[in-house]
Amino acid sequence: MTTVTTQPRRAAQASQKRKFMIEAIAVIAIALILILVMPMLLTGFRLNLLGRFLALAIVALGIDLIWGFTGLLSLGHGIFFALGGYAFAMYLELNTLGEGQLPEFFGLYGVTELPWFWQPFNSFPFTLLAIFTIPAIVAGLLGYLVFRNRIRGVYFSILTQAALVVFFNLFNGQQKLINGTNGLKTSTSVFMGQAVGSDGMRMFFYISTVIALIAMYALCRWLTSGRFGRMLVAIRDDENRVRFSGYDPTAFKVLVFAVSGAIAGIAGALYTVQSGIISPQFMDIAFSIEMVIWVAVGGRATLVGAILGAVLVNMARSLLSERFPDVWLFFQGALFLIVVTALPDGIIGWGRRQFGAAVSSALGLAPTDLPYLEDTDTPVVETVAETPEFAEK
Amino acid sequence: MLEGLIGGLFNGISIGAVLLIVALGLAIVFGLMGVINLAHGELMMFGAYTTFVVQNVAKSMGGIAPDLYIFAALPLAFLVAALLGLLLERTVIRYLYGRPLETLLATWGVSLILIQFIRSVSLPMVIGLVIFAVLFFVGRWVLTRYTDWERIQSWANPVFLGLSAAISVLAWVLISSGTSTAFSRAWFSTRNVDVTPPSWLRGGISVGDTLQFPSARLFIIVLTALCLVAVYWFLNGTAWGLRIRSVTQNRGMSACLGIPTGQVDAITFALGSGLAGIAGCAVTLLGSVGPNLGANYIVDAFMVVVVGGVGKLVGSIVAALIIGVTSYLVGSGTMALLFPPTAFFQPVIAFFTFFATTSMAKVMVFALIIAFLQVRPAGLFPPKGRSVEL
Repeated sequence: MTTVTTQPRRAAQASQKRKFMIEAIAVIAIALILILVMPMLLTGFRLNLLGRFLALAIVALGIDLIWGFTGLLSLGHGIFFALGGYAFAMYLELNTLGEGQLPEFFGLYGVTELPWFWQPFNSFPFTLLAIFTIPAIVAGLLGYLVFRNRIRGVYFSILTQAALVVFFNLFNGQQKLINGTNGLKTSTSVFMGQAVGSDGMRMFFYISTVIALIAMYALCRWLTSGRFGRMLVAIRDDENRVRFSGYDPTAFKVLVFAVSGAIAGIAGALYTVQSGIISPQFMDIAFSIEMVIWVAVGGRATLVGAILGAVLVNMARSLLSERFPDVWLFFQGALFLIVVTALPDGIIGWGRRQFGAAVSSALGLAPTDLPYLEDTDTPVVETVAETPEFAEK
Repeated sequence: MLEGLIGGLFNGISIGAVLLIVALGLAIVFGLMGVINLAHGELMMFGAYTTFVVQNVAKSMGGIAPDLYIFAALPLAFLVAALLGLLLERTVIRYLYGRPLETLLATWGVSLILIQFIRSVSLPMVIGLVIFAVLFFVGRWVLTRYTDWERIQSWANPVFLGLSAAISVLAWVLISSGTSTAFSRAWFSTRNVDVTPPSWLRGGISVGDTLQFPSARLFIIVLTALCLVAVYWFLNGTAWGLRIRSVTQNRGMSACLGIPTGQVDAITFALGSGLAGIAGCAVTLLGSVGPNLGANYIVDAFMVVVVGGVGKLVGSIVAALIIGVTSYLVGSGTMALLFPPTAFFQPVIAFFTFFATTSMAKVMVFALIIAFLQVRPAGLFPPKGRSVEL
């Protein structure tokens, strides 16, 4: 009898293993194509664009982690993105200078001494650490203060958006500390003995972006596949039930928000060096909401979808806004509406529904369930219960 | 000292009044329906542009009209925004009730479309829109009448939408490329436009030597008060108000008792949108009008609703006034003046001086809001009873 019961489990394990192998091979193949083939096919300008889009795909992974899996819609990821970018840009500013010199813009505002928070950025190891720890700490703190009070849903979204405006004002208003609206230029600064804008350096950053993207994909894949991932999905689907089962959702939410912030910080640093500047514009309200739509277009709770969505939407953007600048906003607005109303599972979800069974049987795999199901929450009942009364009788 | 205090308080209240008039519509839509409307700012913008158009018409009429245009602009702005809101509710938001995050994204999409619409609206585009409306709605009407609509609905709807959209876009492009530039010129373009306030709102009322109350600010305070009274009366004194309140309290029960909840939703949303239009008309008195007008107000308005507690008008009023007064006191540097300039208080003064600009005041106010939410997560006047979330 024992053989009968172990057989299916063994089959499932084999299928699991096989799936993992296929995925690993696919990821490595794509990485090799990106690193080896793409530079031959594309011009320098296009390759730089692709590198930027891949950096944005890293943020999309972070957003997917908290929105697709945990159900927290952050409209403030621009903060973490920009913090990572500023951290790297500050290091580059200082690295370019000789001993005892100050970055040029300080002269304009009559600052003669390097502000205290610039000091640590003289060190490269510190900067590497700061790129993801500073955003993680800010995200963790903000998350702790918000989640601790069980503020969630749209309130969380609004508060993150307000935080974004606040950080924008903070960076925009402080000319003397961080050069305000003008931001920090990185294209002319020096990194490892070469100008950041030079061809060799660009290639270096492109390859680093691809590697970082793969690493972040692996991290997110690891986080979402085990018990931790199931916890995140449980929090998304029924937080109260998680709480009543004896877990503390707050800790999980703070942790995953911090991780997501750290990922955004890495993306911001890589994006900054490829675009040549970091300015408070990265903390524009619109930019942070766009990040969300990349994930939605690709498919929530599918990590591949986040990457695909980010690259596709940004490609569409650069193509459309080059030719017809007026049409882009209409197109983007329509994209939001379509994704929300007609394609809630995004491209990947739609593809899985259409061709999922065929693909997995062709690869000899067991059929998989859709990870994001619209009807997992019970909207009608909940709204009735939650809607507060308007005025006291 | 006393004059300074009164002046500061007045300025704070006037900032609060602007916040409140913007947040009032949001408080109704968000508080009553649980819908996050990120297009609220763009509805405001439509109200502001309506005011601009009305003012231009009044200017061309001459005589006493340029002084009185605001009384025509207010109801028109309300009407335009309310109709737009009604359209939005019927076509998009209706399908998204109970999914607040999706609504948030959808309304953001709508707001992008509205911004670009204002930037590039021109005669050919309007013709294209009319062609689209005629093709789509008349075509559908014909189809529903003469064919088995239930059967073909699933594929006919998207096909029809795509076809009529393609034809109208084609018409728009053809007309705008084939006609003179004067004909196909954008009406408002991307530049900001200025609305001249009526002459009686330009000056101010002086009390004593130093106190000065700008008339435009006073007008906004009065307007906000009037709107509050009107909304209160509508919700508590009319049959529809009663229905709105009952749907807010218990949607299922209200539906069972024969209240048309769909209509109630539509009316509530239209009311909230109309108030956004009035707010848009009011803010034209304070500065120029541009396609990005809405973005400047929307986040602050949401903060008012969050601090006030959802679903309570009183909460929004108190929150708006507190936020207004605080941002004025911090932003104008009054806080730094409160401390004697001795060495002991120097760090405190330096701290407040650091925040003494309008944008930095926002930073401090947000920090205070986060701190406040640690004590009262559900706002000043949280909903009570069993409806409170666990």
